[in-house]
Amino acid sequence: MFGRTRRGAAGRGRTMSFAAAALAGVLALAGCGGDGGSDDGSEVEVFSWWTGPGEAEGLTALQALFEKQNPGTKFVNAAIAGGSGTQAKAVLASRLQNRKPPDSFQGHAGAELLDYIKAGQIEPLNDFYDENGLRDVYPKQLLDQITYKGNIYSVPVNVHRSNVLWFNPGILEDAGVDGPPATIDAFIEALKAVDAETDKVPLSLGAQWTADHLLENVLLGSLGTDAYNALWQPGANWNTPAVKGALDDFAEIMKYTTAEAASTDWQGAAKAVVDGRAAFNIMGDWAYGYFVNPAPNGLAKKQGTDFDHAPAPGTDGTYMWLSDSFTLPENAPHRGGALAWLKTVSSKEGQDAFNPKKGSIPARTDGDESLYKGYLEYAFNEWNKPDIELAGSFWHGVTANNKWHTDIDTAVGLFLQHKDPAKLQEALVTAAQNSGR
Amino acid sequence: MRRARRWLPGLLLVSPSIVAIGVFVYGLIFWNARVAVSGKHDEVTPPGFDGGKNFVDLWDQPSWPGAVRNALVFTAVFVAGALLLGAFLAFLMDKGVRAEASFRVVYLFPMAVSFIAAGVVWRWLLNPAPADRAVGLNQLFHDTGLGSLANTWWQHPDWGMAAMALPAIWQMSGYVMALYLAGFRGVPEELREAARVDGASEWKVYRYVVFPQLRPVTLSALIILGHISLKVFDLIMAIAGKQIITYVPAVAAYVEIFDRHDPANGATIATYLLLAVAVLVIPYLVWTIRSERAR
Repeated sequence: MFGRTRRGAAGRGRTMSFAAAALAGVLALAGCGGDGGSDDGSEVEVFSWWTGPGEAEGLTALQALFEKQNPGTKFVNAAIAGGSGTQAKAVLASRLQNRKPPDSFQGHAGAELLDYIKAGQIEPLNDFYDENGLRDVYPKQLLDQITYKGNIYSVPVNVHRSNVLWFNPGILEDAGVDGPPATIDAFIEALKAVDAETDKVPLSLGAQWTADHLLENVLLGSLGTDAYNALWQPGANWNTPAVKGALDDFAEIMKYTTAEAASTDWQGAAKAVVDGRAAFNIMGDWAYGYFVNPAPNGLAKKQGTDFDHAPAPGTDGTYMWLSDSFTLPENAPHRGGALAWLKTVSSKEGQDAFNPKKGSIPARTDGDESLYKGYLEYAFNEWNKPDIELAGSFWHGVTANNKWHTDIDTAVGLFLQHKDPAKLQEALVTAAQNSGR
Repeated sequence: MRRARRWLPGLLLVSPSIVAIGVFVYGLIFWNARVAVSGKHDEVTPPGFDGGKNFVDLWDQPSWPGAVRNALVFTAVFVAGALLLGAFLAFLMDKGVRAEASFRVVYLFPMAVSFIAAGVVWRWLLNPAPADRAVGLNQLFHDTGLGSLANTWWQHPDWGMAAMALPAIWQMSGYVMALYLAGFRGVPEELREAARVDGASEWKVYRYVVFPQLRPVTLSALIILGHISLKVFDLIMAIAGKQIITYVPAVAAYVEIFDRHDPANGATIATYLLLAVAVLVIPYLVWTIRSERAR
């Protein structure tokens, strides 16, 4: 009897909420009917996944600048939490499919945007680039990389570096390791030394995606920049002895990682280094802001004593880049507000307000160098070096489209269980073939 | 006309529900099945018809067989665990404990917590770090000299999903207890007394008199736990996120749709889930309808 009453009540509740949803749908349709894709600048809803330490402060700084420049425009922050944007992208996908886009959304510049482009969900921004003279202020290589069939679809606000080795100088000293290792072989030797000489974790690791991040760094360090870049071209061959060698290195390095990796995200893994529980961690340079920013959003640690950094082993002279960028969705409800937002994002002032907080450097070449201290000064100079080589980060959306990206993630997840580099290579070959590139 | 006056108001009253359920439940089930056979493996291709090919092709996806295996292990451990623990707790209650009401509340309490909130705590409790960095249950074991019990929990490559069932058992066994307790209380005291007069031991009273009358309760509990278990999603996402080691079909559907941008695969997985739940629920419905008619 009890069961039957309950079911009835639940049924009624469901009907009510369906009615409400249907009503909301009708109202939304009526709202769209007015003047779709107007130049309404009264508001701008900005969708991102910047809620974590460092990145949230950067967004706040950018918002403050935007509100000063556009006093008549209401800024709505639609940020959704989750490392690497994994949750946010799901919410975004459903909003785009329901034709309810935000006015501008964050996306990694490069192949990650391909699905949105092919589905006609974002507008080309060529005119915006021309009107604002942006083609001369971004590096040509960067623009070439994010151009798809002659069109640019996003405005990069920053550049991050993926290939950074974070280490704890004290533990290296205890282990008798003479400075950060410069090659993959030296790295493996150093991991062995830490394992043998200390009771610390040689290489801290987090949830599955941080293993993907480690994989791209080992591939780059082991294969070299040209061979790494070639892997992401259409028809690339992953079934080579060189890739096999890199994956063997990857399997060897994985032996020295944390047993509880899957229980923590990148913050927990990076924190282990500055807290003196792990010797090394390979993570993008967003870890820097987390390390040095004051509490509660950072750990207030000192570079040089608590931690230090080096190029990931074997990758000196190469900048494995990724870039956060903003887009203009088709039928953005407040197109005028969105364009004003993109203008702030692409401006020198905007990028110089955002990047010191976020722990990244401007994608523009004319940033104010004096604002970037410690690691960031190093990154700024590396990015603007005339002879720097660029490699796109696959995990962070530059080189692999969504399908390929997920299939590599699956291959790595299975590898974490079977630990067999040959099987991993087989899966990566299949993933490359199925990528549709 | 006069006859219409008898049934028409009733029909008008329920018709909004019928329409809403028709559109939003059965309509969407149909739409999902349509996408599953559409061969639409990205968002741009117009939907076609692939004759159900995708239901076979899915098994070639490297992540899928593991997800099915994980769901089966999870279901077996969770359903058996929650049933046994729930029945045992109800048995203890029925034997009469002091302050029964407060025990009942304590055991039912986890039901009030959502899987997603409980998952955050259980992620910490089930951390597999070795002794010197141990937290959660492993730390408790080490500190109480039971270090040999410490283990890798859900990060065990083969049986991790059995550990993943622990939080679910914790959460649902109180509910099973409540079902059984109601069942026990529904067995007339005269029957038990008659058995005792005939010289049955207390165990035999339960074994041969009480439990046989609780078959409907057991069946309901089995159906409820079984369908929760097949659909499990929030618990896994809270504890492990989208990691292959704890993939289950619901997580796989999410990844296919939102990360891989492959609607056909996602819809195929959803259809498999619906079929799996139907295998559980339809025989139950048939049985209920038959027994109600018999009455």
